Amino acid sequence: MSTMPSQRASGWDQAVDLEKEPALIPDDATTDVPAELRKSIEDAMARYPDSRSAAIPALHAAQQLHGWCSPEAIEQVACVMGVTPAYLDSVASFYDMLENHPVGRHSVYVCTNISCSLRGADALLESVLAQAGEDPDFNVRAFECLGACDIAPMASVDGVYVGPLELADVPQLLDDARAGRPVLPAKQLATRLVADPHANSQEFPAHAEESGRP
Amino acid sequence: MTDVLLFKDIDEPGLNTLAVYEARGGYTALRKALAMTPAAVLEQLEASGLRGRGGAGFQMGKKVSFLPKGAMSKYLVCNADESEPGTFKDRELMQKNPHMLIEGIAIASYAAGADRSFIYIRGEYVLPADILDAALAEASEAGYLGEDILGSEHSLSLVVHRGAGAYICGEETGLLDSLEGKRGNPRLKPPFPANQGLYQGPTLINNVETLSTVPAITLMGGAEYAKLGVQSSTGTKLVSVSGHVQRPGNYEIELGISSREIIFGLAGGPLPGREIKCWFPGGSSAPVLTPADLDVPYDFDSLAKAGSMLGSGAIIIVDDSTPIVELATKVAKFYRHES
Repeated sequence: MSTMPSQRASGWDQAVDLEKEPALIPDDATTDVPAELRKSIEDAMARYPDSRSAAIPALHAAQQLHGWCSPEAIEQVACVMGVTPAYLDSVASFYDMLENHPVGRHSVYVCTNISCSLRGADALLESVLAQAGEDPDFNVRAFECLGACDIAPMASVDGVYVGPLELADVPQLLDDARAGRPVLPAKQLATRLVADPHANSQEFPAHAEESGRP
Repeated sequence: MTDVLLFKDIDEPGLNTLAVYEARGGYTALRKALAMTPAAVLEQLEASGLRGRGGAGFQMGKKVSFLPKGAMSKYLVCNADESEPGTFKDRELMQKNPHMLIEGIAIASYAAGADRSFIYIRGEYVLPADILDAALAEASEAGYLGEDILGSEHSLSLVVHRGAGAYICGEETGLLDSLEGKRGNPRLKPPFPANQGLYQGPTLINNVETLSTVPAITLMGGAEYAKLGVQSSTGTKLVSVSGHVQRPGNYEIELGISSREIIFGLAGGPLPGREIKCWFPGGSSAPVLTPADLDVPYDFDSLAKAGSMLGSGAIIIVDDSTPIVELATKVAKFYRHES
């Protein structure tokens, strides 16, 4: 699936099925929750004064296991957290990073907000979509400002920020993601130095060499 | 440019680890603060004139003083949901100097009497969040967080909470709802978070850069800090410069220098053969200025007087190759999607 329309809670864009019985909190005895998922949800719940604060971390953990916030994933989280599936559905549908449809396992978020678009993001997105938009392994999306305008145009590939990207980088980027290799190592934000020339009073030559910066 | 507080040795290898941070004087500000009374720490924050670095520019010390006194559960929430288009300064701070933020949180919570704290970081910032989690574990191990910090009576828990992608959660009350595990819808104000914030308790909410400045203020003293910058905009500020410039990136400036000095002197000016058509001085929410405004001093009041705002400190440069209508449409579509 390529770019998604803006997400709304079900019941907003699609009518709610009024014939169905409202779903209750799933019964622990009849709901099968994988042990590892249960543990990570319970760990998250223990970190907050109010366990409901764990909704996002719990949904995120379920999404990692199931690939998306499927009805089954929501059911399992609801069971452990002791809330209704509808409550979690309302949360999951609010946030861009929680998927309400099945998606490819490799995410490519191409930032198309102002600074990236001034530096060519629209053509970049088009190129990524043309090469991977129909590939079931990929979840290619136009994304709002990812907070990395210093490497515009950029993308977040499975959570790793890379840029500035040229159209010629796209095949390598996709190959790296597909193969599970570090994506475009020389273009990863992680190794970039601060732009401010006054920032560093000392020289850090070993670090500078790895930075991949011109 | 003379004073570098936030970006001092920012690229030193290993600065994100406790050993290197301590070696360059890290956590001495916390020791100093804990030897003072909370009221004396707050006094320094108020004397510094530090204004919030997230967008609204409210006096930080005053914000702390709004929290009710007395024994009750109070919260400190660090807003790390950096989402204003063009802004990427907090990311750099968290990724490269996470302990400075943690130290700032420990000091500010002491001044505010808060015993539980949270960093709400946007879910897209995977690397900075991982680095913060590692730093948090180190700081807890060393006794800079937890029960009776460094033998004082101040206790503080800290949780790094990852969001899941929503611009509106950068707004403080939307952020609180999101942190409570709900849809991130903003609340009506009043009540203000200082009285009824997280879990309906008194809550101090500050931006990453604001809190990261607290150790420096504690060490140098509020009055000394207030000598930096200009009268109504004290101190140094991180600016994120992007768009059509030669050297996009983060720069630490003394507030009140000319905008031209930042855009041309630091960021290298427009791309070869191009001219600036317009610029956003403080993120895409800030009204656009023109080349005629380039000599406006870069501080809160001067930019407001020029008809715009300093906002988050994100300067976006647009050159003469860009059709303005297309740009305006793009910005409007963003706000529609996030509304």
